[in-house]
Amino acid sequence: MTAPLLEVKNLSVVFDTEGGTVHAVNDVSYTIEAGETLGIVGESGSGKSVHVLAMLGLIPRPPGRIVSGSVLFEGRDLLKLSEAELRNIRGGRIGFVFQDPMTSLNPVLTVERQLIEPLTRHEGLSRRKARERAVELLDLVGIPSADRRIGQYPHQFSGGMRQRVMIAIGLACSPKLLIADEATTALDVTVQAQVLDLVRDLKKRFGTTVIWITHDMGVVAGLADNVQVMYGGRIMERGPVRSIFKQPHSAYTWGLLRSLPHGETRLTKRLYQIPGQPPDLTEPPVGDPFAPRNPFATPRCFTETPPLRQIEGMAPGHQVAAWYDLPALLAAEQGTER
Amino acid sequence: MTRPTSATSSADAPLVSVRDLTKHYGGGRGFLGASKFAVKAIDGISFDIAPGETLGLVGESGSGKSTTGRVVLQLESPTGGDVLFRGQSLVGLSPRQLKPFRREMQVVFQDPYAALNPRMTVGDFVAEPLIVHKLAKGSERADRTAELFRRVGLDPAFMKRYPHEFSGGQRQRVNIARAVAMEPSFIVADEPITALDVSIQAQIVNLFQDLQESLGIAYLFVAHDLSMVRYLCHRVAVMLRGRIVEMAPTEAIFTDARHPYTRALLSAIPVPDPDIEANRRHLAYDVDANPPAPDAALREVGPDHFLLA
Amino acid sequence: MRSFFSALLRSKAGLFGWIILSIFVLAALLAPVLGLDSPVRGSLSARLDPPTWTGLFSPGPHPLGTDQLGRDILSRIIYGSRVTLAVAAAAVILGGIVGVGLGIVAGYFRGMTDRILMRLVDIQLAFPLMLLALLVVAALGPSLRNIIIVLALTSWIRYARIIRGQVLAVREREFVQSARAIGSGTLRIMFRHILPNVLTPALVVGTLELARVIIMDAALSFLGLGVPPPAPSWGRMLADGRTYLSTAWWIVTFPGLAIVLTVLSVNLVGDWLRDYFDPKQRGLK
Repeated sequence: MTAPLLEVKNLSVVFDTEGGTVHAVNDVSYTIEAGETLGIVGESGSGKSVHVLAMLGLIPRPPGRIVSGSVLFEGRDLLKLSEAELRNIRGGRIGFVFQDPMTSLNPVLTVERQLIEPLTRHEGLSRRKARERAVELLDLVGIPSADRRIGQYPHQFSGGMRQRVMIAIGLACSPKLLIADEATTALDVTVQAQVLDLVRDLKKRFGTTVIWITHDMGVVAGLADNVQVMYGGRIMERGPVRSIFKQPHSAYTWGLLRSLPHGETRLTKRLYQIPGQPPDLTEPPVGDPFAPRNPFATPRCFTETPPLRQIEGMAPGHQVAAWYDLPALLAAEQGTER
Repeated sequence: MTRPTSATSSADAPLVSVRDLTKHYGGGRGFLGASKFAVKAIDGISFDIAPGETLGLVGESGSGKSTTGRVVLQLESPTGGDVLFRGQSLVGLSPRQLKPFRREMQVVFQDPYAALNPRMTVGDFVAEPLIVHKLAKGSERADRTAELFRRVGLDPAFMKRYPHEFSGGQRQRVNIARAVAMEPSFIVADEPITALDVSIQAQIVNLFQDLQESLGIAYLFVAHDLSMVRYLCHRVAVMLRGRIVEMAPTEAIFTDARHPYTRALLSAIPVPDPDIEANRRHLAYDVDANPPAPDAALREVGPDHFLLA
Repeated sequence: MRSFFSALLRSKAGLFGWIILSIFVLAALLAPVLGLDSPVRGSLSARLDPPTWTGLFSPGPHPLGTDQLGRDILSRIIYGSRVTLAVAAAAVILGGIVGVGLGIVAGYFRGMTDRILMRLVDIQLAFPLMLLALLVVAALGPSLRNIIIVLALTSWIRYARIIRGQVLAVREREFVQSARAIGSGTLRIMFRHILPNVLTPALVVGTLELARVIIMDAALSFLGLGVPPPAPSWGRMLADGRTYLSTAWWIVTFPGLAIVLTVLSVNLVGDWLRDYFDPKQRGLK
């Protein structure tokens, strides 16, 4: 096996605020193989976005602080690079797409200017060559009459079209890795479906490695090869998409999936609800961050942080951070009900 | 013009009736008398809501669904048409004349933080309707506020705190407590779970349902998340460009959608199941090529199932 | 409160502003108990004494020297600050009440009310404020009350403009809609929901206005239209001392310095307050 494309090791990030130190990312480690699509799921405060911003040098410092860890990308530690070196990687070897295309695009520059910038900067293309390539890219992401529209300003594009422009910019320099952070959250569902179809198509054609960060389990189900569930700044569970959805081992994943309606109506059953509130990260709970909300929590969950590991009966590549054996507990529960 | 009536509402009189409602923005005369182009946010829609019923209003951004909610509540006045509450027209009433109706109709907004006054304690905020309508004073008011907090699952000890001290889900509970303070019979819920964390959404949906069961509240549930709509609503109306293109009992919408736009919408919902997602095809609907025809009207195509044609 | 001080310690400029301003305010408040010479009565034998520390001939204990009538300059500056700061504060508060009130009315009702009020503001802004102030003082006569009214008159427009803009944004916030949805009356919405949410910008405008009004007050006094003598005022100290500029530089230098330092510190405090209240500047949510 070759070396992974990206290897995150023991990454911890904190923010020093007036209310205290927020432990946003706690000891996160994972790897991505080339060509893989990793879906990172979590809610606000889970650390899913922050850890990615941190490894690209995009969190404001201060108040942000990377406490520990390394992020190896193509053999180099991103956390040790200078800002200038990072700038060369961002938008070049690593492309990214953020949630809100309106604030990520500069409203006073034409799309052409914004698309050409990374091409002349990272690829060293001439302006004429860069423009040709830019039109190709807009074509690729499905913007009709790209040759005409490239001269327009962001506000002249609809929300979905703007997000396509963002993806075109993200893809401009044929990145090895594309990172999308809630890239379709602000879009209408039909537009989201089109953008997801586009990403699937791009994966197939160019073998791009993708990290897709979202709170939407449905989006991940349709897009990812592997899923990583984050909560309270930690990875709760990680594994192949089918395995995660069909046999979750973390009570958090299990609760999330169960709380979503799967086509039932109110007449058939009441929605399962995860009790409690997301954790306060200025005083992160000791042990498993989900323990206070977890009906299956054992005493050990409150005192000791479980490592991410494979436990017996799990599919290959599936790991969980839990002190309990969820499938066994669920089976036992069903047994007592009968 | 067809006037759709639901099976439930033919038994009882409808609680809320919306008739040929339109809302246009702009238009009129602009600077130097140039006539401006009017945006038709709502373009002639009609529906009824029965007591205790939940009508889902779904559509994408710009469909006019949120505007509909605000116009029904008379937070904005319509350009044309009528809104009836228990048979009485609300359009054109003065704030004073509307005040008794305000006790009966309430609203819960999408962004639970923006909906709270950051400079008011949440206790004062929840108690405000009781003050405005002179329903309770002094210690009785404090007791009733505490009771409202308990009803929505909040600790009354939080009453003295300010909004920024709460999480999103708790803030939305505060908003709901305020909305039910006057025991209304009708609530417009404008995307009330969209801004919440996934692990909190089910809590709020269940709370809405519990309140409906205990207080008999009817909801106009404005949403774009169709899976929650399916779960929570008795009937669903699909809006496109200010028109209702299809309206039917929930199961009929999900199993027997007739309008191509409804089908496109349904095909686009991500399903949290990799096996289903692997074999899905997204249907496209080009609104610009097929906008709702101006002369089309809702016709009944099945039991209580209406289609714009 | 703890966060207030920790935020202050992080900004050197803000801290400097607060310290200087506090010194001036404290000196003004404590003037009678500081054991200063009389600010009004001088002694002819002590005319134009240079500051003690210059080492030049200086018989009396006058740290900042004396003026042409032998009055102690330090004492006149401190007593002058009482007048200046009181006039400026009163004018800024009066202007603030009027300006914030009209700004809320204009922003909340919009339409005709708004148009009339804002045209009024435009007209007044098109008029040089100094000229306006001169005209009014000349017409009404320079008294403490009239100076305050005149300065307030030049001040309300800035509040009105900025608050109106804020109100236009706040009235669209959902909690205002929610207040209308429960049937709250107009006054209740304006006082309970809108006013508390525009007080912060009003406070920031207030500090910046305070600086402007101090300068204007000095200018009016300089032109002889300020608070009438014998009350000491910084502006008149400048006016009186300018004929002695070549022989007794201290007469104009120290009042001038006092004006510069006060205005600078007020502006620094204003800038700091704006940053402090701007949630985007305050760590992460």
